[in-house]
Order: sequence, then C-alpha cells, then structure tokens
Amino acid sequence: MNLEQLIDVFLLAFLAIISIAMLRIRDLFSCVMLFGIYSLVSASLFMVLDAADVAFTEAAVGAGIATILMMATLGLTGREEKVLVKKKISWLPLIIVTITGATLVYGIVDLPPFGAADNPSQVHVAPRYIHESMSEIDVPNLVTAVLASYRGFDTLGEVVVIFTAGVGVLLLIGRRRRKEEEQPHE
Amino acid sequence: MNEHMILRIVGKFLIPYIMLFGLYVQFHGDFGPGGGFQAGVIFASAFVIHTLLFGVRNTQKIAPEWILRVVASGGVLLYAGVGVVSMLAGGEYLDYDVLAADPIAGQHIGIILVEFGVGLTVASVIMLMFFAFAGRGEPEEDAS
Repeated sequence: MNLEQLIDVFLLAFLAIISIAMLRIRDLFSCVMLFGIYSLVSASLFMVLDAADVAFTEAAVGAGIATILMMATLGLTGREEKVLVKKKISWLPLIIVTITGATLVYGIVDLPPFGAADNPSQVHVAPRYIHESMSEIDVPNLVTAVLASYRGFDTLGEVVVIFTAGVGVLLLIGRRRRKEEEQPHE
Repeated sequence: MNEHMILRIVGKFLIPYIMLFGLYVQFHGDFGPGGGFQAGVIFASAFVIHTLLFGVRNTQKIAPEWILRVVASGGVLLYAGVGVVSMLAGGEYLDYDVLAADPIAGQHIGIILVEFGVGLTVASVIMLMFFAFAGRGEPEEDAS
C-alpha cells in the first residue's frame, strides 16, 4: 500500500468517524463544528484527487460559510437538541434504508474501475478539452476553460440558481425583519 | 464585543488581506485554481468576519442591503449580457470568439467578464443570506 492510498484510507476513516459522531452527539454547537471538520476533511480528499478547484470551493463554502450560517441559525434556535421520548423501533424506514443501500452496493459492481483511462467519462468530451483548449481558448487552468467557456450555459444556470437561492432567503426571512424594525418594540 | 480586544485587532488586520486574496483568486482563476465562485465566497467571508466582530448593523453601513441586491442581480445580468453581446456580434449565445477580432482574445475577455459576474453574484448573495440570518438574532444593542 503506497502513501497516497494510506492517506485516502485515513481521510475516509475520519469521514466515517465524524459522521457517526455527528449522529450521536446531542450538543448542536459541537455538531456544527463537526460539520465544518467534515467539509475540511472532504476538501483534503479532493486535494488528494488533484481536484484543486473543487477542494477550494469545499473548504470555502462547506467549512467556512455553511458553518457560519449554521451558527447564525443556532443563535436563533438554541444549542441543545431536544431529547425525544424513545419510541419502539419503526421497521419500515429500516427496511427501506437497507434495501436502498443493498441496491446501491449491488450497483457498484457494474461500475468501471476507479480512475481507469478508458472509462466512459474519460473518452467522451474530455480528450477534446485536454487537446484543443490551449489552441482554442488559451487559458492554462483547464477547469476555468471548461467551466466558463465550453460549459458556459451550465455555469450561467448555476449563477441563476445561487441568485434564486438568495432571493428565496430574502423573501422568507429578509422581509419579515424589516417589518419588525418598523414596529418599535418586538 | 468590546472586551474581545485581540479578536478585534487581529480581525481588522486580516480583513484587507482576505479581500486581496479574494481578488487574486478572482482574476488569477485563468492560471491557477479558483474563479468566480471561490473568490465570491472568500470576499464575502471578509464581511462575515467584520459582522462577527462589529455586529450586523455596523457592517450593513459599509455594505447596505440595497447595494448588495443591485450587485447580485448585476452579476447575473453581466453574465447573461455577455451572451447577448456575443449574439449581437454575430455569434451564438455565450460564444466568446466573436467578442474581439482574435478568437483567443475574445475568449479571454468573455471568461474574465463572466467570472466577474459570477463573483459579484456569489459574494453579494452570500452576504445577503448571512445578514438575513444574523440580523434576526441580533439585539438592538449594536445600533447605539
């Protein structure tokens, strides 16, 4: 087992440990912190896979902004999770989850080997991007060339999604706050 | 927050560098990892730090909500506008080749512009969202 595989195993084990800890923990503040750590470990994993741009986004959005938004929410809700009265085990969700999980594992068998050069995703448009982008676009960062130029439509869609999300948040909680400000004591 | 002297001073010291790094990521995205999405988030996080240190109201004096709304829509319009301009210049929608006499120069201009639009929208939407969340729990004490 070489070093890179060892790092992969370590990071994935960390992810598993953090997820289980998040499920079991009752203190929501710690849970939010664990979410942030989870994102940071994911970012390291992306970095090991040489996806610097994705790692960058994950570290900035997942570990940074998402954590802060969750903490702002915690400031409104309180930091302890309510303890539910333990009911008897409900079987239906367990059965559904088990069947779905088993189906997914069964689906993995058909997947081509990870990272193989003749995978369908590597032989479709990727060779053209790799070979032609320097002569067509001349941007050294291939990710930027694909994201902004070849897939310009997709990225426009993403920006509109972000904009829509912002509009949604403002409509849901932005407007209300302004009304509260108008009334002197709330 | 008055008692957190160290946090305030270190925060004040860091904010300009975070902004500078955001701009670097924005405009260096052609050559290294980065681009509008990441740069927008980094730039917004400078304002988030400012909010954490000085309160929502003080930060909103620097970045009023109406400006952020205009900038958020402006980013989307800039992106979509580049597409319209390329159509007017005789190409297809978002085909940057026709933006300049030389197709490669056109591609460079197009990519810089759309990435800038992405950065504007992402930064201002994240700030708006954060203000919306943080402003609700904020007591009136910071207004004085």
